[in-house]
Amino acid sequence: MVNLATKLGTLELKNPIMPASGTFSDDLAGMFDLDLLGAHVTKTITAEKRGGNPTPRVCEVHGSMLNSIGIPSKGLDHFVQEVIPFYKRYEAPLVVSISANRADDFARLCEGVSVPGVAAIEVNISCPNIEADGKAFAIRPSTTREVMLKLREATDLPLWAKLTPNTGETVEVALAAEAAGADALVVSNTLLAMAIDIRSRKPKLGNLMGGLSGPSLKPIALRMAYQCAKVVNIPVIGCGGISNAEDVVEYLIAGASAVQVGTATFINPTAMPSIIAELTAYCFRNGIADISELVGSVRDEEAGDAMIFMEAAP
Amino acid sequence: MTSATLATGTTPFQTRSPREAVLPVKSNDSVNGEYRLMVLAATPETLDCKPGQFFHLLCPVGAVHQPYLRRPMSIYGYYPDRGELHFLYKVTGEGTKALAELGHGDTLNVLGPLGQGYTIRDEWQNLLLLARGVGLATLGPLAQEAQRGGRNLTAICSARSPDVLMSVEHFRNLGARVITVTDSEGTSGMDNIQRLIESEIAQTGVDAFYTCGSNRMLKLLKSIGATHGIPGEIALEQQMACGLGMCQCCVRSFRRNGAIVQLRVCREGPVFGIEEAIEW
Repeated sequence: MVNLATKLGTLELKNPIMPASGTFSDDLAGMFDLDLLGAHVTKTITAEKRGGNPTPRVCEVHGSMLNSIGIPSKGLDHFVQEVIPFYKRYEAPLVVSISANRADDFARLCEGVSVPGVAAIEVNISCPNIEADGKAFAIRPSTTREVMLKLREATDLPLWAKLTPNTGETVEVALAAEAAGADALVVSNTLLAMAIDIRSRKPKLGNLMGGLSGPSLKPIALRMAYQCAKVVNIPVIGCGGISNAEDVVEYLIAGASAVQVGTATFINPTAMPSIIAELTAYCFRNGIADISELVGSVRDEEAGDAMIFMEAAP
Repeated sequence: MTSATLATGTTPFQTRSPREAVLPVKSNDSVNGEYRLMVLAATPETLDCKPGQFFHLLCPVGAVHQPYLRRPMSIYGYYPDRGELHFLYKVTGEGTKALAELGHGDTLNVLGPLGQGYTIRDEWQNLLLLARGVGLATLGPLAQEAQRGGRNLTAICSARSPDVLMSVEHFRNLGARVITVTDSEGTSGMDNIQRLIESEIAQTGVDAFYTCGSNRMLKLLKSIGATHGIPGEIALEQQMACGLGMCQCCVRSFRRNGAIVQLRVCREGPVFGIEEAIEW
């Protein structure tokens, strides 16, 4: 018998597999029993209604994809009245993802989604901060700290900070989020990228640039998850390019206590339940009784501490 | 296609995945210079389709072609009696090039049928279908359904030249009256198509229009429909990622209840009313 259960602070998950925000909705309920998952994570909402970005919102790059959806949102009221009740039929804890362009609006929304039925709040601090020239909150430690302090005051629910790979200060941002009261870190969001059609010379995304996700993001997000797990005392949730159980094991070894599966679900809608089954089989084959044996088990003792903090070209 | 393998992690989860299936390829042959017809062996659940619906295809990853995302493809024909699912496609990009490599003995992972198909109301007796090029593929199943329901169907098929006119025989075999128009013969202009449609309306009457894909055809049918009070439906395209509605990639703008709304082509569509579809 393999124990896949994992603890994220006060929250207990029956297995470490959950969807990445924006790649999951009730539309997936037709494909498999959503209660197979360790947790449910909803698409990021904003307090106000938003239409989202112009199309094309997606394009393919070699072995991965770019997207620029732009957080279309039906607003807080719709979310509380329509979306949260849908998930009450499931036992899996519900994690809601929220975002805003200003710290105070962010905190108000955080308070607004702190309602019965919600187990944790994932704060998407990888979105543009209007008060800092549109740079995402999580690009700098100072803006991360400011927004996280306000969010912390706004709720008693577990707060998961979703970090961005578009920073040169991963460790400092992780430490700032922890110090300001984050209960876990989700590492990470997509990487800013671009693709151009050489025939028309037009950018392939309507919004010109977008986020890279899929297998090619994995080494980058894995590196960040490793860096974060090394320095913080709160759980790290790995996210980026996971498409099979081996990817999950790699993130767990790097120090993640759980993972989020995103783009893989677009290719294979039953990717998550398949990964849970494969992970059980992997542990069984390798004599691992409890997945906690894997968490942070990376054999990096040979490398010097300085390497962990390296964020320049090697 | 012996060297090609399917992308990793593509085995459908067995316990509950009624709509993802790995289907054997029966044939995948060139139809004319540009198009190919793929015939897959399929089970009754997979073939429980409606005209206008689509499948999301996991194109094979091989040494040469390595598509990543699934490709949405409209159904050209579904035959529960023969256990066959047909796709008609033009080889253009990475995905269709990979599909063209498949042959007898290979398999293809399909997700579907997906989306909302065309409606044929009981009171609609005289149907008019207008499409161009590969767009005609989408309307193949509609012609089949019209025949099954004993409706009169007129199909106006447009193409660059007579040799690449698609599906004319297919539509004739389904009992449709076919009118062909082409660029090379100078008959495919919107003015001429309008004359043809107006004469159909005057002679036999038209209860509903069906089209797909083309902006110019949508414009024309919207205007004729508004003048004569004839409803119609259009199948639309958009770049997709998930095909199930989660990712919000494939939205388009529509006029609904006096407001402009964003709807997902994969979920609320791909078929929409011509009155709510917006020219682009």
